[in-house]
Amino acid sequence: MRIFWVLLRRELSAYFLSLTGYVIIAAIAFLTGASFVQLINAQGNDPWPMPVAQMFFGSFYFWMIVLLSAPVITMRLFALEKSSGTYETLMTAPVDDLQVVAAKFTAALVFYVVMWLPLLASLFLVGRFTNQSAALDYGVVGGMYLGIFLAGGFFLSFGCLASAVSRTQMVAAMISLAFGVSQFALAWWAKNMAVSEDWRSQLWSCFNMFDHMNDLARGAVDTRALVFYLTMTFLFLFLTLRIVESRRWKS
Amino acid sequence: MIEISNLTKRYAGRTAVDDISFHVARGEIVGLLGPNGAGKSTTMRVLSGFLPATSGTVRVAGFDVFHDSKEARRRVGYMPENNPLYPEMRVREYLKFRARLKGLGRRQSRERVSIVMDQCGLADVSKRVIGQLSKGYRQRVGLADALVHDPELIILDEPTIGLDPHQIRAVRALIKSLGGRHTVLISTHILPEVEMMCGRVLIMFNGRVLAQDTPENLQHRMAGGSQVIAEIAAPADALNAAWETFGEIEHFDVTATDGAFFRCALTPRNGCDLRPLVFSLVREKGWTLRELTRSRHTLEDIYVQVTKPRTEEPE
Repeated sequence: MRIFWVLLRRELSAYFLSLTGYVIIAAIAFLTGASFVQLINAQGNDPWPMPVAQMFFGSFYFWMIVLLSAPVITMRLFALEKSSGTYETLMTAPVDDLQVVAAKFTAALVFYVVMWLPLLASLFLVGRFTNQSAALDYGVVGGMYLGIFLAGGFFLSFGCLASAVSRTQMVAAMISLAFGVSQFALAWWAKNMAVSEDWRSQLWSCFNMFDHMNDLARGAVDTRALVFYLTMTFLFLFLTLRIVESRRWKS
Repeated sequence: MIEISNLTKRYAGRTAVDDISFHVARGEIVGLLGPNGAGKSTTMRVLSGFLPATSGTVRVAGFDVFHDSKEARRRVGYMPENNPLYPEMRVREYLKFRARLKGLGRRQSRERVSIVMDQCGLADVSKRVIGQLSKGYRQRVGLADALVHDPELIILDEPTIGLDPHQIRAVRALIKSLGGRHTVLISTHILPEVEMMCGRVLIMFNGRVLAQDTPENLQHRMAGGSQVIAEIAAPADALNAAWETFGEIEHFDVTATDGAFFRCALTPRNGCDLRPLVFSLVREKGWTLRELTRSRHTLEDIYVQVTKPRTEEPE
């Protein structure tokens, strides 16, 4: 466990001591700000049909941020160490593969959550200066961040996997972006499918990330969504671990 | 300390290390000498537990590097080729991170970091960012990292590459001081380096260990066949005639240099030392001798010598 903390600290410092980390945070703050400006402009003085958090999740900004940030955050995790050679010093230290994977993923997730904190400021402004007094409701904000956290875990864990199989950051980013976009397309497809009691339609609805987020932003925590995201996250992390271990397999 | 038996490592179709076996005793400083692509780095990567062997067993301090990988890695300080570091970290911070990663406690790691920073001459750059350090300092950071957990075995892959002569000397002195307490395995393709530091040399070529001996013995074995250069002021035909009469000289070559001096390159017939012979000839004839040297063996000569039987066999 101590090794995990040592590794986590080092991974976090790599995010927060580099310019890239702050560029990402600034870019995301800009995008969330822009999306709120647009949402408020579109609404004018009309009464809001739904809480602003829910509208934000429905806007393409939210998905753009998730889809773009996950590859950028995770691409360096393994690929950079491999291309710079530090992977060799890291893996020849007495560390377990599991500790390395867990620390890298946790650091990415922590950075991702920190990256979303400026959203609170946007919510505060909306709550303070519009008639949306529910914008800062604990349930709504909590549900919103739970949604952000779950979707983040899902895309970041795939990003870890992509970084673990790649030798360069660019390839890692490409792979995880391709995954994110196809996942997005799948969700879109699932959303537009006719709802029925059929098992296939039920299965497809698992991939309907739009409805998952919508529910969470209303403060409704659906276990199906929870199970879906957590299962996928652990699946991708498990695969990442196997990839990392495979180096030591005998050929 | 190191027991390697029948180690083979193949990468997709290419054999990097081909059935090598050797032992290194505790406290020895051993040099792996060979040209690029000889399999030195691959051997070290297997030893450090980074790559699995295709076949054969490798033990470090009694632990199999494959089955007891973590225990073996605990006892090894490894500096890979090109000395990779995290450029955004500061020197002390990096060494502390490495010490903690290698299982040292908080207090212990602080003590050890201070010790290795003194040992490697890093005290005055402890707060500097690694990415901004000169190559020499970075190399020392890599060395300090290898030493920080006081490992029984230290593996250094080309520790002096890219350093200036002054830094090379400092690094050599440091490595030499590690002998006895630690076991050290270094790789290099510079012959004088192993002569200076190592108690034993393994010559690798094409994935095989071709020779292993002390540097002195190796030098001795190589001394046979080495050319002697003499610059003598004498008439050219007298020189030619004199060399003709000696049965020990297989081949000679006399060329004019400045003034009355001639440069004679003499190759001995059966590995004897020609220098006394040249000296007594010059004294007898009353000539002037300006230079008398036996050409030093370059690594190339040694490869040629060591690989000779193998390369001539097919013909």
